[in-house]
Amino acid sequence: MENLAEEKKGTTLLMMGNDAIARGAMEAGVRVAAGYPGTPSSEIIEDLASVSKQLNMYVEWSVNEKVALEVAASASYAGLRSMAVMKQVGVNVASDFLLHLAQYGTRGGMVLVTCEDPGALSSTNEGESRPYSKMMEFPLIEPGNFQEAKDMTKWAFQLSEEIRNIVMVRSVTRLSHASSNVVLGELPEINTQPEFRYHSNLMDTMEGPIINLPGTVSFLHRSQQEKLKRVAEIYDECSFNVYTGPDRPELLLITSSACNLYSREAIQILGVQERVGILKLGTTWPLPPKLLEKHLASTENVLVVEEVLPFMEDNIKAFTASIGVRIGVKRFYGKADGTIPMVGESNPDVVLNALSKILSVKYEHVSTDYSKKAAEIAEKGAPPRALTFCPGCPHRASFWTIHTTLALGDREGFVCGDIGCYSLGAISSGFDTLKTLHSMGSGTGLASGFGKLGNLGLNKTVFSVCGDSTFYHAVMPSLVNAIHNRADLTLIVLDNSGTAMTGFQAHPGLEVNATGDNVPAVDIPAICRAMGAKVSVCDPFEIEKTQTVLLKAADDREGVKVVVLRQICALSPEKKGKKLYDMSVDEDICIGENCGCNRLCTRIFKCPGLIWDNEKKKAGIDEVICTGCGVCASICPSGAIKKKEVK
Amino acid sequence: MSPAMLSNDPYNLIITGVGGQGNVLASRMVGDMLLQSGFFVTIGETFGASQRGGSVMSHMRISAGSYFSPQIPRGMAHMVVSLEPTEAIRVLKDYGNSQVKVISNTRPIHSIGVISGEQAYPSEKDIKKWAEELSQQVWFINATDGAMRLGNPIFGNIIAVGALSGTGVLPLDRETFRNVLLKKMTPERVEQNMAAFDMGVSMIDSQTI
Repeated sequence: MENLAEEKKGTTLLMMGNDAIARGAMEAGVRVAAGYPGTPSSEIIEDLASVSKQLNMYVEWSVNEKVALEVAASASYAGLRSMAVMKQVGVNVASDFLLHLAQYGTRGGMVLVTCEDPGALSSTNEGESRPYSKMMEFPLIEPGNFQEAKDMTKWAFQLSEEIRNIVMVRSVTRLSHASSNVVLGELPEINTQPEFRYHSNLMDTMEGPIINLPGTVSFLHRSQQEKLKRVAEIYDECSFNVYTGPDRPELLLITSSACNLYSREAIQILGVQERVGILKLGTTWPLPPKLLEKHLASTENVLVVEEVLPFMEDNIKAFTASIGVRIGVKRFYGKADGTIPMVGESNPDVVLNALSKILSVKYEHVSTDYSKKAAEIAEKGAPPRALTFCPGCPHRASFWTIHTTLALGDREGFVCGDIGCYSLGAISSGFDTLKTLHSMGSGTGLASGFGKLGNLGLNKTVFSVCGDSTFYHAVMPSLVNAIHNRADLTLIVLDNSGTAMTGFQAHPGLEVNATGDNVPAVDIPAICRAMGAKVSVCDPFEIEKTQTVLLKAADDREGVKVVVLRQICALSPEKKGKKLYDMSVDEDICIGENCGCNRLCTRIFKCPGLIWDNEKKKAGIDEVICTGCGVCASICPSGAIKKKEVK
Repeated sequence: MSPAMLSNDPYNLIITGVGGQGNVLASRMVGDMLLQSGFFVTIGETFGASQRGGSVMSHMRISAGSYFSPQIPRGMAHMVVSLEPTEAIRVLKDYGNSQVKVISNTRPIHSIGVISGEQAYPSEKDIKKWAEELSQQVWFINATDGAMRLGNPIFGNIIAVGALSGTGVLPLDRETFRNVLLKKMTPERVEQNMAAFDMGVSMIDSQTI
């Protein structure tokens, strides 16, 4: 990406939605930004961090989303424009503080950007955050194209200052991680001095102390609701709500966010511009009442196109009922009646199908002959690609040893999983090792509970795993809980020195922060020892040594053991492209199918750098793929895989 | 600069491959070239978990007039560039049609299902036959071997961009490519990438009678 702080007003760039959001914040003069990495949100903080010194900002990767929101809020309380950035699940983490933040209100313009993942392309759920805006009573806006991703982010700060409350900007994968032409605006010169005022009384929300107390709740809550009424008036005049279509459409299609792009295109493809009007809402909570009434009155039929929950649909239906005496009854199409699927990501075809059904327009994208032939060919010609750990990934080695350790002797045991690349430990690439997988930190919370069930008769070895970034984010409280309550468990920290899943963002275990400054690293083994756990550290590439350490931990039934398996990620900038070893297979030693191993290397270990040569019936190394970690040499029972140190 | 005429507007291009082959970068390069020539470009990318051995697809919509959905409607691709042969077949299933054109690398990347023996990887001969059955025109190029001759298999993506330019389906000229590179890298790396681009162009030229 170009240096976003040096690009001038009027320049057109091919910008990813996240870059556009970051530039919008720069154009608004944001001074403090904080977030926790999570796909598809991570590029925004990275972009801001890369220009923070030029633009006199403070930008950080926080330990988790709740702290990120708190860090950003402090800047708002000191009169600066600030932003917190996270993915949809992060808003759940931040939500306790968010409720209090929204009740009291903000001072400097404050924006919460949430980048969400309908269809769960890189998430373990397709949860969403829009309902928080209604539940916690603050405004929500949703860009409907790439230019708007920039322009609406900038406007969000202005709106926040107008009503003195937080504004949520919601994006989705197909905006955040898609790109298009964006015309840039001006970068302001801003040098506001931070000042936190608290000398006035509790009811003075601009100059008093920022306190949510039982006695002030009714005052604050009422004032919060007054703000939302003002928002609805602003939304009625907002230029990000756009109607395109005839004055009296046969069908009114109401949409927002990426679904705007799909809807526009579907209407064009079917050529039904004269029959369907499209109301693209940029402001989705509260609804713009006058604008909506005007358009609902113009038609008898309404289709709501959105992803995940029927959030707009339900709200629009309730609103329509409330003005029913004036505009009459409308026929609604959307998620409730099955016109739009309740689950999964949307795309132009979802809208094409919906429109062709409602309008009785025939639509066939290719001939039935072609689709039938293509499907038949793909069945044999495109074997599916299951996800796997990268070649040279330390997690493959770690799970190999965890798995074999638990299988040794008559021991029975299982592993509680957590969120990161190592979640793949749940499938065959990780030897089906994980038996639970939920949210950040939950593996160790569950293990803390399972680790007490021994007293009630559950006789199994309990392991949990977490990554280094996850350890700081949410595992620490669970670990304290386990230690204090004498749970019997072993926590294995898969420390690959970075937030690898999302692109190596800094975390508290590293000596460099988001903006490249030196910072004190907070040492995981030292924390665990201080908490009272028995701690060992080893390199997962040393298979035998790791197994000895894990066995010892498993057999020690007294209290909490922590094993830190430390090896840097194969894709990390420091390591990428550097081989530790040149690997080869000695074809005289590899006896293939005749070896008792039953192709252990390619059938079970299955690193993508290994090849099974079907003609020779021997294993081999794919030199394009292999990263030379040397682990497969340790697992070959015949010693046929050779490693030679790269000097 | 006024955009040259497109054979279709929007022109729908898919660049596909396996995580780690650099197809996201390739789509970015093509996008920046077309942006310089005055087009609207919309790119939709599926990554995230893709570095971990999954299929990766970039959908590109190229238009003289507007932005489009970052997902191409089914059956509406005009050109598929694939850095891995079976990925071309996978894309054709959803986005192909009888008029589609295809450029495909011949070098397979085996999925772990193939490595473990649970799945069979089709023969090059079959893949070629199937790709021809499902398209109007196909160019097979040995981009990975070419890239190895240039010193690094990662140049396969730039060779594919060169090949795309060589087919002439889109206004992607050599000088625009150089200008895009100059903004992003050192002069030495520009020359390496130019060599890869030229190699891609010549791989198409040698197949055109």
